Amino acid sequence: MDFFDMFLNVGFWAATVRMATPLIFGTLGELICERAGILNLGIEGIMTTGAMVAWMWVYQGGDLWTAVLVAALFGMLFGYLHSIFSVYMGLSQHVTGIGITLLATSLSYYSFRMLLPGVTTPPKIIPFQPLPIPLLSDIPVIGEAFFTQSPLTYLAFVLVGVVAYILYRTPVGLAVRMVGENPMAVEVQGIDVYKVRTGAVMVGSAFMAVGGAFLTISVFDAFYFDMINGRGWICVALVIFASWRPGKALLGAVLFAAFDAIQIRVQQSSASFIPYQFFLMMPYVFSILALIIMSRKAAYPKALLVPFRRGQR
Amino acid sequence: MQLEPRTHTPLWMTISAPIIAVFVVMILCSGLILWAGAPLLQSYVALAKGAFGSKFAIAETLVRATPLILTGLAAAVAFRAKLWNIGGEGQLYMGALAATYFGTGMINLPAPLMIPFLFVVGAIAGGVLLLIPALLKTRLNVDEVVTTLLLNFVILLLANYLLFGPWKDPMAMGWPQGAPIIDEGILPKLVAKTRLHGGLIFAVLASISVWVVMTKTKWGLEIRAVGLNQEAASFAGIPINKTIIRTALISGGLAACAGVTEVAGTKEYLTLDISPGFGYTGIAVAMLAGLNPLGVIVAALFIAGIYNGADSMSRAMDVSNYIADVITAASLLMVMLAVMLTRMRIRFS
Repeated sequence: MDFFDMFLNVGFWAATVRMATPLIFGTLGELICERAGILNLGIEGIMTTGAMVAWMWVYQGGDLWTAVLVAALFGMLFGYLHSIFSVYMGLSQHVTGIGITLLATSLSYYSFRMLLPGVTTPPKIIPFQPLPIPLLSDIPVIGEAFFTQSPLTYLAFVLVGVVAYILYRTPVGLAVRMVGENPMAVEVQGIDVYKVRTGAVMVGSAFMAVGGAFLTISVFDAFYFDMINGRGWICVALVIFASWRPGKALLGAVLFAAFDAIQIRVQQSSASFIPYQFFLMMPYVFSILALIIMSRKAAYPKALLVPFRRGQR
Repeated sequence: MQLEPRTHTPLWMTISAPIIAVFVVMILCSGLILWAGAPLLQSYVALAKGAFGSKFAIAETLVRATPLILTGLAAAVAFRAKLWNIGGEGQLYMGALAATYFGTGMINLPAPLMIPFLFVVGAIAGGVLLLIPALLKTRLNVDEVVTTLLLNFVILLLANYLLFGPWKDPMAMGWPQGAPIIDEGILPKLVAKTRLHGGLIFAVLASISVWVVMTKTKWGLEIRAVGLNQEAASFAGIPINKTIIRTALISGGLAACAGVTEVAGTKEYLTLDISPGFGYTGIAVAMLAGLNPLGVIVAALFIAGIYNGADSMSRAMDVSNYIADVITAASLLMVMLAVMLTRMRIRFS
């Protein structure tokens, strides 16, 4: 296959959009948290939890959309737990985040083992089916690639606009951005910094959990251990790459997914002489490279990682 | 609700804080055991017996504690300087790879030289691996949390490639494992008929050395000063970047030594499962120990006991052994809370 033919291939673009979806959810979620000044390293574990509970909900006979809600709810729960430590207690966000990831992951695995004891091959469910959008999906090539996707994928793209609108055009968004830049100024306005930060972390965590759920109830039809496989950490890198802007986050996620799709196709066609493990390294190496390129001029939210304690300066 | 700093923290509070935290975690995790339908008291008895109940159990717990002491030290040293090294897992595998490369026949030395040589090359490999994120942090302002985390995946894939490819032992019946470490490189057994090996002595000596360096030397002072207040440290004439790089080399080297003890001591050859997350668990060990290098030994023994105890509890009681991961993660969070409450008091208004 000629390298450039790939870009004219419908399957390639469809795969790119599909693979971008969990990254969009995760990156948006992390972005919301960080805009409020809280680095949420619970993301990897929260995505695992979302993947597990959504799948389990459907497996136990639940409905797909309710499963998305359940995942979001569990995400908020862990987000709340994170904010007790990071917002109210003002503890190190790095270590609490890793703690939340370890806790959420182990609890998910434990619950999975408890609910399905002695299962060796993961049972399957019927996941979301592609939903062709009327008229748009009839456009040749583009229709098939972009408008015959899972409903959750459309949701992810719509949410980018919603998050951008809320962040930049509403009082709530202003409050979220301000607690990430100058919490003292927000407090002076009579707004509770703790509540705004907690809210942002909870909503962001819900996004992450839905991103995880997408993997088990849309792309795949089963839950595997270790299936998040560093996607959460890649999202943390993408937020920096995106300079904390939702639009750029979307761009970053799609670009990243495109690289991933290229990598898989090259791996399949060239095979033999380059070992497949080196292709699997690509996403992580790309993330590091993206960080190196962008970090120089990264405009971090000023109060990111700075705990706020009322009555202290 | 408001937090106020305490003017004075009594010693009993500092010592009892982690103990109380662990106790609270045990109570919370009882819910999970009850959910599994197992009798609570017997389950905890089974856990304790599996951890420390017999000579064999104690030996196994010590074997498991050995790498945890080293990864715990790695995290403790780095976190003191606020260098967030979450890459212990990758550094561990880097050390294991180096030990395999040099220890499987490439170089032949008598045992008293071979064993230290393996630790040295392992430590260099791990230190160099952490040097990359450290340099990116000091030179280009790249956040080290994400880079160390991502490098874990890269190194695991590298190990995967080597063990399925060029380093695969043809004598291993198709299993992806490295060639055995030569006899001169194997850490001597400490107790007959157990797996307990000399790695434990190395780990304890490492703890003591790190404690001495951190509390009694200029290097240690510099590392702590950079962690406490970079600006102040800079005014005091401490070279910040140099200190961070030095911390990274020490921390990465320590984590890599855990890989050496596993390859040259516990397994005697490299596999892809030499570490069930020792690198990540080391963070919990370090926090449980309050970042104190000597406390790391106690914390590692506790965590190792929990893991081995949970294994035997899961065999006896049908409680999934993932409970050990839950207890570890919950302890990590709870201890942070407890330690903070020794420094702050909560005032409700």
